[in-house]
Amino acid sequence: MIELKQLTKQYGKPGRLTTALSGLDLSIQKGEIFGVIGHSGAGKSTLIRCMNLLERPTSGEVWVNGINLTALGKKQLQNERRKIGMIFQHFNLLSSATVFDNIAFPLRLCNTPKSKVEQKVGELLALVGLEEHRHKYPAQLSGGQKQRVGIARALASDPEVLLCDEATSALDPQTTDSILKLLLDINRRFNLTIVLITHEMHVIQSICDRVAVIHQGGIVEEGPVTEVFLKPRHEVTRDFIRNDQLSDGDPFTTLSGQPNERTVKITFLGAKTYESTLSDVVRETGVTFAILQGTISKIKETPYGQLIVRFEGSPESVNQTVVQLQKQGLDVEVSS
Amino acid sequence: MFGLDFSMVDWQEVYTATMDTLRMLFASSLFAVLIGLPIGVMLYMCARSTSVWIRACYTVLSFVVNILRSVPFIILIVALIPVTRAIVGQSYGVLGTIPPLVIGAAPFFARLVETALNEVDKGVIEAAHAMGSSTRQVVWRVLLPEARPGLVAAITITVVTLVSYTAMSGLVGGGGLGDLAIKYGYNRYETEVMIVAVVLMVVLVQLLQMAGDRVVRHFTRK
Ligand SMILES: Nc1ncnc2c1ncn2[C@@H]1O[C@H](COP(=O)(O)OP(=O)(O)OP(=O)(O)O)[C@@H](O)[C@H]1O
Ligand SMILES: [Mg+2]
Repeated sequence: MIELKQLTKQYGKPGRLTTALSGLDLSIQKGEIFGVIGHSGAGKSTLIRCMNLLERPTSGEVWVNGINLTALGKKQLQNERRKIGMIFQHFNLLSSATVFDNIAFPLRLCNTPKSKVEQKVGELLALVGLEEHRHKYPAQLSGGQKQRVGIARALASDPEVLLCDEATSALDPQTTDSILKLLLDINRRFNLTIVLITHEMHVIQSICDRVAVIHQGGIVEEGPVTEVFLKPRHEVTRDFIRNDQLSDGDPFTTLSGQPNERTVKITFLGAKTYESTLSDVVRETGVTFAILQGTISKIKETPYGQLIVRFEGSPESVNQTVVQLQKQGLDVEVSS
Repeated sequence: MFGLDFSMVDWQEVYTATMDTLRMLFASSLFAVLIGLPIGVMLYMCARSTSVWIRACYTVLSFVVNILRSVPFIILIVALIPVTRAIVGQSYGVLGTIPPLVIGAAPFFARLVETALNEVDKGVIEAAHAMGSSTRQVVWRVLLPEARPGLVAAITITVVTLVSYTAMSGLVGGGGLGDLAIKYGYNRYETEVMIVAVVLMVVLVQLLQMAGDRVVRHFTRK
């Protein structure tokens, strides 16, 4: 659906260039919610703004829905942009227009007949739950309501892609969750491809299917959220996950065990999370265990659990336990 | 009171002068806005262009605007006599003052327009581009509506400035309240007429400012 090829973006004049993106490749599938996470200044905004050419890349190609945007003329680009919705951190609504007129804006751009505008905006107001606010001005709305207007406006032209640049960063946690829920709902209902930029792992974990971690203008890690989240490979990714869980120090790597002890990290995914596998196995092998750290939660709709456990028992029975757990389909990592 | 005698004031003449001032004010404001607005938009757009040539145009346009603004109005009137004659066929009277008034006020207004447009949130303009607006659509549907309170304030300031310009044009026999004040007050020492003329101008400025402020308030949604 979106294909970035060797995308490079530099700012500034020759001699004093800042490279915001360097030779980045990315492929986003139709209908998925794709998250991009990175620290401040990593190039997230630049990346998403290149997807509709608000920022023209220095080199490389941007393909959206089979069309090479970088090769289009001004007029054609305007037409293609109408099929790419975008929402912003600061909403960017017209302060001089009512909620209704804001949502109608993209429709009126292409001279949609009045009755059609009326009907479409009505539907969108219902979708985002703002029917009774249609005659208000943005200044009279809360942040969450403004973002709902932003979403409705972005959907007005029936886009195939929705780009979200830090769409929830200016909102409080509850409002963030309600906006994320709305995005997920829209994604399902219209099979709309959503690209979402954020610096909060929580946002990625709530609704994304796949994630890319961006650092210093390049993608350092990419994959299904469950994979990246449970088995982060890059330092930056680990950083985000650690910050998100607010845990300090990882007993898995900091504790050294006694000879008859073994510290292991067990990862549960999907339905296994809620099964009694661990207790079944230890009852059989006779080892005892202590939980040093644990999380059980959900990634999007997939339940997962991650436990750091210390087994005590004879070396053979501990080994046996690990093997049994792995046989049951759990991911077990043994501390060295 | 104060040894002034208002009974000798020729009210018919005061009325004629007031109407002349209003006529000059209306015509010159109208043309100053009609000419200054596109120039202001052009200044705003050119300053932001990525093309080196268009930015060079900005420098030139900006220079011309600055020159016209820095010439004292009283000199502009005299200097423009040939131009005025060419445009309206006379360089005196109500008609003769309109071209210098317009040429004096339009660049001033254009700058105020540019400033008002600069105040428009960049994010909103960006959003409009992201939705596929053409440049023309951005100007008409985003820039101008979003800047409306600032533009109305700019018009108010320009019209008020034009009140004092019309008074100055009295020096060259332009007609109106300024002319009246000079003719009677300065040349004939009839202070009463001068006071009446000045009071009328003060009232006019007050009314204009109040009306302008009210419209600004009406359009402000922030
Ligand atoms: N218009 C610009 N002119 C010059 N440099 C820029 C411009 N926009 C971004 N940059 C630079 O490009 C780099 C990436 O910026 P970008 O805005 O994409 O980061 P970000 O990941 O969105 O950060 P944040 O989370 O703070 O929004 C930064 O080093 C920034 O200084
Ligand atoms: Mg950013």
